[in-house]
Amino acid sequence: MKKISSELENTRTTFSFLSRLKRNPQVDNALWNEIEEALIQADVGVTATSRIIDVLQAKSKEMKLSSTESILDLLKEQLKSTLQKFNTELNEGGNPSVWVFVGVNGAGKTTSVAKVANWKSKENERIVLAAGDTFRAAASEQLEKWANSCGAELIKGADGADPSSVIYDATEYAHAKNASLVLADTAGRLHTKSNLMQELEKIVRVANKGSGTVTEILLVLDATVGQNSLQQAKSFAESVDLTGIILTKLDGSSKGGIIFAIAEELAIPIKLIGIGEGKEDLIPFDSEVVVEKILDFQEDS
Amino acid sequence: MFDTLTDRLGNIFDRLRSRGKLSESDINAVMAEVRTALLEADVNLKVAKQFQDKVTERCVQSEMHTALNPAQQVIKIVNDELIEILGGQALTLAYSDKPPTVVLLAGLQGVGKTTNAVKLAKWFKSQGRNPILIGADLQRPAAVEQLRVLASNIDVPVFSESSDPVIVARNGLSEAISSGRDVLICDTAGRLSIDEDLMNEIRQISDEIQPHYTFLVIDAMTGQEAVNVAETFNDKLALDGMILTKLDGDSRGGAALSAKTIVGKPIAFASTGEKVEDFEVFHPDRLASRILGMGDVLTLIEKAEDAFDHQEAQKAADRLLSGQFNLEDFLEQMQQLKKMGPLQNIVGMMPDLPQGVNPDDVDETRLTRVEAIITSMTYEERDRPEIIDGSRRSRIAKGSGTSIQEVSLLLKQFKEIKRMMKGAVKPNKKKKKKSSKGRKGKQNSRAKREINKTANAFDLGEFGSFKN
Repeated sequence: MKKISSELENTRTTFSFLSRLKRNPQVDNALWNEIEEALIQADVGVTATSRIIDVLQAKSKEMKLSSTESILDLLKEQLKSTLQKFNTELNEGGNPSVWVFVGVNGAGKTTSVAKVANWKSKENERIVLAAGDTFRAAASEQLEKWANSCGAELIKGADGADPSSVIYDATEYAHAKNASLVLADTAGRLHTKSNLMQELEKIVRVANKGSGTVTEILLVLDATVGQNSLQQAKSFAESVDLTGIILTKLDGSSKGGIIFAIAEELAIPIKLIGIGEGKEDLIPFDSEVVVEKILDFQEDS
Repeated sequence: MFDTLTDRLGNIFDRLRSRGKLSESDINAVMAEVRTALLEADVNLKVAKQFQDKVTERCVQSEMHTALNPAQQVIKIVNDELIEILGGQALTLAYSDKPPTVVLLAGLQGVGKTTNAVKLAKWFKSQGRNPILIGADLQRPAAVEQLRVLASNIDVPVFSESSDPVIVARNGLSEAISSGRDVLICDTAGRLSIDEDLMNEIRQISDEIQPHYTFLVIDAMTGQEAVNVAETFNDKLALDGMILTKLDGDSRGGAALSAKTIVGKPIAFASTGEKVEDFEVFHPDRLASRILGMGDVLTLIEKAEDAFDHQEAQKAADRLLSGQFNLEDFLEQMQQLKKMGPLQNIVGMMPDLPQGVNPDDVDETRLTRVEAIITSMTYEERDRPEIIDGSRRSRIAKGSGTSIQEVSLLLKQFKEIKRMMKGAVKPNKKKKKKSSKGRKGKQNSRAKREINKTANAFDLGEFGSFKN
């Protein structure tokens, strides 16, 4: 996997939020306002932002911090610790293990499947991809092209086929061929469509029926999306037992700050982050990287 | 769901009710709530501030009208201002004298450009035009295949080739001219606004085909970033308007306000579902009330008037309140409700949903199942559900193709509604919340919400008469 620094370099500017604030050492209301605005502009959300600031103010008072720099360091630590509480390992152990990728339309599920396939293939694991998105036109062709480019095998059904059966077939095929891991793509579904959410419950149920064991259900979230991501995570978690989140499109100028609300309210760990369109552009979650990105603000000044 | 602005303001105004006039500090308190509501709806912080200043100014200047209470007045001002910004000058599509009329679509990855290119093509067809689609997304694997499959469903040709997006666009234009197509829609690859190479590429495409209309396709769920995206694309391409997608989700859609404020060009179309038909000319007033969580009361009244027979409704409401309500009445109410259009849309328009109800969480097929259960009962059973014993239950379940559990659940819930309505007692909020644990409980609570909503149908009758 690639190092992130070069990928994220282009979003950096010399006038980052942190460096600009540090030039004004005074701890006053303006500082708190600046922090509040920065968090809100990073899509952290009004509620989570005020919660974060309340804690930060209480702690800095207790610790008698008097410089902007020490407060910002504390903020960084606080944000990091919210995200570090979780185990971000990806679980295998089935024969084969099945990782199911779920999410709303356009979040980047198929691309994430491809990236994981590429990464796991490089580790010499034998991978089978399941083209479980039988709804979107040409979704399986998209996955097929990826599969070819990273040497993974692909099981697909006809357009409109029952996604559960496609994924089931993939697990049996993987079992027979001694492949250790099945990566199952699914159709994008808005979390508000209860029939599609039921379909997802079925997919997971059926994937567990044969030789395969579902060891990861990964919700793919687009960092560009704002407050609705929390709602998405809630609804998906209600239908299936989410084991983790893949936060995509972090290579843009989006910050994905909603993950704090998700971490606090739902305790779902972020396991991977997507930082580009190439098949290498997926890296394990690193709270340092994500928090840096959230606080590293481009300013108009 | 977030608290609605109406709820938030309600709390403030309760304190103020005794006073006739709003002081400046009252207005500031109100505006702080408006700001929070906007931010929770994903309106960009800077845009929200700007908006807040504008509304405050109007509130301070405007004479307080004695006929309206302060809450209504402020909401009215806020709403008017929102509509003004979201709407502004509407887009009137003029077709080029020298066909084809060229339309270029641009946007981030995953916003729905390809799907909406086809929806737009279908819309042009419905206007009596002959569109052609150009597949210039050579970046995402199989994007052109996706376009071809979707386009063949609506019988619109696609031009693409595996060369370079700029060349595809150029050759696509010649193809449109030689094949006599009068509208050309060019789909492009998703690109990040900070990716200079790709932004330059789309600029070249634009230079090549000289579009009459350039639309930014923007996801209704977009967060704070919407302004930067809109700004960069507008700088590069001089946008003519926007297409707002994924409005069928439950996001508030504040991104639209952000983008609109920055670009100053109209939101031309909105995509409201996965089907090709789910695409319409944008209604600013509907989005305004959605951003603020006020419900789309006006549209609801219109729809209700079209479809709802209010004498019938009144009769049913009387029966309900007097406790004579039976399953037959219940069935009729459901059918009335269905006449008003897709249930999801209707429920989303209601201003005051019971707590915990997600407006889009309604599934039409569940209603159909309830309908099947009731129609599988004898008239006697519908009138007096208490006679339904075990063997009748299993017969009804078989007849309706459902399960005994579902029949029992319906009967239980019906009994509950009847009990509630008889005393005109409000549903017990605590009780409703309890049922969120476990699978069974979840279904139970969902079905219950549905019935709550069906019960809401009676209010619709009142809306109708209120308007008369």
